[in-house]
Amino acid sequence: MSDADSRLTAVLGAIPYARFLGMRAELAGDEMTTLLPFSDHLVGNPLLPAIHGGVLGAFMEMTALAQLSVAEPLARQPRTIDVSIEYLRSGRPLTTYARAQIKKIGRRIANVHVEAWQEQRAAPIAALRGHFLLTPTED
Amino acid sequence: MSDHLEQTRQIAAAMNAGSPQAKALGFRTLSIEPAVAVLTVPYRPEIIGDPQTGVIAGGVVTTLLDHASGQAVQAALEAFTSIATLDLRIDYMRPAEPGLDLFARAHCYKITRSVAFVRAVAYDRDPDDPVASSQAAFMLDSSAGRPSGANLKPPRAKAGGKAKA
Repeated sequence: MSDADSRLTAVLGAIPYARFLGMRAELAGDEMTTLLPFSDHLVGNPLLPAIHGGVLGAFMEMTALAQLSVAEPLARQPRTIDVSIEYLRSGRPLTTYARAQIKKIGRRIANVHVEAWQEQRAAPIAALRGHFLLTPTED
Repeated sequence: MSDHLEQTRQIAAAMNAGSPQAKALGFRTLSIEPAVAVLTVPYRPEIIGDPQTGVIAGGVVTTLLDHASGQAVQAALEAFTSIATLDLRIDYMRPAEPGLDLFARAHCYKITRSVAFVRAVAYDRDPDDPVASSQAAFMLDSSAGRPSGANLKPPRAKAGGKAKA
C-alpha cells in the first residue's frame, strides 16, 4: 500500500457518515475515483426513484476531502468553507462515481472541483466546487 | 389559507416519511408557515464527519438544508408540484456543537413560473448564530411527463449522442 493509499483508507474509514452512505474509494496511481453503490436508504424522491440531492452533495464533498488527503499529509481533516453544487441530471438507482480535481492548493486554502456520474463519464449528474481550510502537518 | 397550510404540513410529513434518506437521518418538520419550513435532525454518532471532534458531517447539513428548502418551496406553492434542486450554495460558518441536534429554517422568497428561490440557515442553538447558510434554486414541475418509476428505465438515447461502442 502506498502512503497515499493508506491515507485515503484511513480518512474515509474514519468518517462515520461516509460509512453510513456506503461510500468507497479506489486509487490508481495518483488518480482517485470514489464510488457510491446504490442503496435504498440513499433515495430522496421515492416516485422516480432518485437519489437525494443532499446525498450527492455529501458524496462529492467527501470526495474533495479524500482527494485532499491523497494530495498531501494533513494534521487534521480539512474544514469545508463553502460548496456550490449544480444538479444536472437526476441520480438514478445505480452506482455513482466521482472524481475531484484540486484547482489550487495553497498554504491554508484549497479549491477543489468534483464531478459525479453514473453510466457515462461524459454525462455528469452533478458537480461541486468548494473551498477548504487546511491544517498542514508541522515539519 | 389554513387548509392550505395543513395540506402542506401533510406533504412535509410525507416528504420526511417517504424519502428513505430523510427517514434514515431522522428528519422531522417542526413547523410549516407560508413559504417557510423548519426542520430538525437528531445528533447521533453515525452522522459524524470528523471523528477527532465529533462534529456532524457537512454532508448531513447539506441534505438537511436541501430538504428544508424543498419543503419551503411546497409551502410557497398553491398546490403540490414535483420539484428538483438546480443548484445549492452553502457557506459553513462554524462547526456544529457536538452532541446537539441540528435545525434548519428555510424561506422561499421568490417563485416564478418555472423556478423557486430559497434561502436557509442551519443552527444548533440560535438561528442568529448559524452553523451554515444556503441559497438554492429549484425547478418547478420537474417531473412533467415523467411517470413514476421513470428512473428505473435506461435514459433515452440523445440526438447527437455518442453511438454505443
